[in-house]
Amino acid sequence: MKTIINGVKISLRAEWFDKDLLDFLREDLDLTGAKRGCGIGVCGTCVILINELPVQACKKTVADIVDMTVLTIEGMSNKDDPLHPLQQAFIDAGAIQCGFCTPGMVLTAHAFLLKNNCPSREEIRKAIKGNLCRCTGYQQIVDAIEEAARHYRK
Amino acid sequence: MSKLKAKAWRNDATAKVTGRAKYTDDLKFVDMLHAVPKYTDHVHAKITGIDTSVAENCEGVVCVITAKDIPGQVYWGQIQKDYPMLAQEKIRTHGDVVALVVAATREQAIVAAGKVVVDVEKLPAVFNPKEAMHPDAPLVHEDKGTNIVVHHRVRRGDMKDGFEAADFILDEKFNTQFIEHAYMEPESAVCNPRPDGVMEVYGSMQHPFSTRRFTAAILGVPLSEVEVITVPMGGGFGGKDDTAAIVCARTALAAQITGRPVKMTYDREWSIRESYKRHPYVIQYKMGVSKDGRITAVQTSMVTDAGAYCSVTPWVTWRSTVQCCGPYKVDHVHADVYGVHTNNVFTGAMRGFGSPQVNFAIEQLVEMAAEKVGMDPIAFRRKNMLRQGDTTVTGQVLDTHTVSLDQVLSNVMNEIDYVQKLKRCTYGMSDSDEEYGIGLALSYRGMSLGAEGVDFCSAIVNVQADGSILLETGIHENGQGSESVMILVLAEALGVKKERIRYRRPSTSTIPDSGTTVASRGTLMGSGAVTKAVDQLKAVFAEGLAETLECGESDIQFKDEKILSTSNNKWISFEEGVSILFSRQMYPFAMGVFKAPRVSWNEENGQGDAYFTWVYGCQAVEVTVNKKTKKVKIINAVASHDIGKAVNPPMLLGQIYGGMAMGLGYGLSEEVVIEQGVIQNTNFHKYKILRATDVPEMTGIIVENHDPRSPIGAKGIGEPALEITAPAAANAVKRALGIRSHSIPIKVKEMLNKEV
Repeated sequence: MKTIINGVKISLRAEWFDKDLLDFLREDLDLTGAKRGCGIGVCGTCVILINELPVQACKKTVADIVDMTVLTIEGMSNKDDPLHPLQQAFIDAGAIQCGFCTPGMVLTAHAFLLKNNCPSREEIRKAIKGNLCRCTGYQQIVDAIEEAARHYRK
Repeated sequence: MSKLKAKAWRNDATAKVTGRAKYTDDLKFVDMLHAVPKYTDHVHAKITGIDTSVAENCEGVVCVITAKDIPGQVYWGQIQKDYPMLAQEKIRTHGDVVALVVAATREQAIVAAGKVVVDVEKLPAVFNPKEAMHPDAPLVHEDKGTNIVVHHRVRRGDMKDGFEAADFILDEKFNTQFIEHAYMEPESAVCNPRPDGVMEVYGSMQHPFSTRRFTAAILGVPLSEVEVITVPMGGGFGGKDDTAAIVCARTALAAQITGRPVKMTYDREWSIRESYKRHPYVIQYKMGVSKDGRITAVQTSMVTDAGAYCSVTPWVTWRSTVQCCGPYKVDHVHADVYGVHTNNVFTGAMRGFGSPQVNFAIEQLVEMAAEKVGMDPIAFRRKNMLRQGDTTVTGQVLDTHTVSLDQVLSNVMNEIDYVQKLKRCTYGMSDSDEEYGIGLALSYRGMSLGAEGVDFCSAIVNVQADGSILLETGIHENGQGSESVMILVLAEALGVKKERIRYRRPSTSTIPDSGTTVASRGTLMGSGAVTKAVDQLKAVFAEGLAETLECGESDIQFKDEKILSTSNNKWISFEEGVSILFSRQMYPFAMGVFKAPRVSWNEENGQGDAYFTWVYGCQAVEVTVNKKTKKVKIINAVASHDIGKAVNPPMLLGQIYGGMAMGLGYGLSEEVVIEQGVIQNTNFHKYKILRATDVPEMTGIIVENHDPRSPIGAKGIGEPALEITAPAAANAVKRALGIRSHSIPIKVKEMLNKEV
């Protein structure tokens, strides 16, 4: 049994299946970009993509990623490559303050823009409704996603 | 349409957007243990015994720590030392921690914590601060002899004269609620007992120096043996002061006792249960107004719930005292503000710090007064608001900076088209289910700590031999972008590119205690310190390079990456200049200290120059209220703030938007529900902070009247952005429904039921 996380194939053992997926990513794989904000799936700081769909890792177990393709924030850009245009847009728009919601917010937006590359601001707000941010008032996050959309149209 | 204009910049953005930024819980040490807190089900009880034997024998458990194991101080605090690091003889509130369970894994520690048995004798409890003031009320702290933590007052003019001059007298009561900071990152600490005997503390906190004091106190060691290291922090908003320091101190205790690195990360439920909240206020106002619309007198009494511990209640309530009349000129004032212990969760610093409560009341009260007199509320404000050279209710003359209330008010009214939109308000008379209203609010705010205490800050600029520059300051990066601001200030002052500068996150062992990064003081105090450091650094350059540039020391200037002489136009590159200094055995190194200008305060009559400078702000909010669903929808929000000087405008706007969103939550949705001392909503499914769909598109208008008392002219924005949004929304709801809410969060259903 295997999974692909950020393009890397990983073998999974059956005894891991019941493990909390967020703990597995953070503690066992050292992928600490996904954060634990609430632990009950309502804040969005632990959002990762499974087969391009945003999910709250704290509500899943390792069994949920068997034969799936997982993208975490660490997989959005390689260390030596330029940032993904969506990430660059977050920076340029001033969408980052404390940064704790940022990985989940970026991944949620990424999944959304893959499906809708010409969204209205209202649609963007709906798309990130599950991601709480206490710093920004969301406005510059919406700006960033709106700006990045054109890169998904190419 | 995208509103992107100038691109934002901050030094930590790439680390954060790629997930590479390491927050406290992301850190791991070899051989690291995990600690968790043990709570009890009680709110007020005498501890008769703690049995840890079963827990100690649970799988993976290394030790169970109780108050008797504390080598240093059991009680600590910033003002009164009344907070037990671990509860010893008594439980005073539901968030009290009686033991720490330390185990190989967090899960093992959690299981074992459930096996710690605490025997108690229950005590009568008190949850209402007014009842707690009664001499017969149960005492939360017997040794204090009273539940009253503090009583501040303002005595100005003569109340008899003031009320005699009035043609109308308003007598109104307002209530505000407990709210939670809801920083996205719960408390976390990792402590590493270093081989050199120093306890290294990594933690999510906004006051490293206070954290160090708490930690040194509990361990019973000197400050030099605790090193608190700054790591990225997932939000604070005033909330990562005391509780965060306590979590760090307890973790250090576990690390000291076990001799191994220990991590303690809080669940959201523990965080909301234990951490201090915004003070809820009961505010009674009596205001006298003359026929021609002048405020003749204000008498007010405010009582707030301090909860079980003092924390910074005396400081929070002091700000309410100083700003008790809002930004208006009142000659006759009698104000009493009380902070009172109960067995509720304790209350402390939160963005706004004693002003949002008062502003919620006063900014509605002035509109009610205007109504009474038959005056337009804007005209009423303009008639009474403080202007250049006016005297505040504490006797401070506002003549050292630009008093810009009129300017921010006009900005907001023009931007939102206030006068036209006022005509559209429905006052509960709409033909459809949807009512519409617009409202605004105005404020002034004393900057930084004021007469709360010592207020100074340091910065170290250390130019390396190759011309690259290391900068550190005593201001803490809470997420607001303080590091980026400091870099930009240094680059501007030294005439170099910002790319030359690397911000070195300081530890408490590398930079002098600069106080806490609260009170919207970061930019003001930090930029002051950087400027002072640059002044000294320039003197070093001038001394070392005058001969090379064949000019006098006073002719040397720094511009466009060059060091040049104004007398003969000779110049050298910044690198060459640095190189020459090193060859002459001179270090281009400086530590600057900025001390806040003098303030004064007389506690007896509440008079004095409370703050060395003030900021001015105005916000307006438009709402629709659906009479069927009873829901308020915020459709627009506009703010204008005079912040002196904008160093990093996109991030400044971010502070305004974020502050308004938090202020709208304060006014319309947020409330920590406490029943018999027990918090009912300890996670985000029940504690509702606003989501992206709840927040409107916002506009921020920056006003830059440079402040002569700030070395670069800049003041602050963190708290001003939040402190008037709730009253603006309340005034808007009033114009939508025709009725007014005297309490927050505004509950439309209750308002409409009351009307019927």
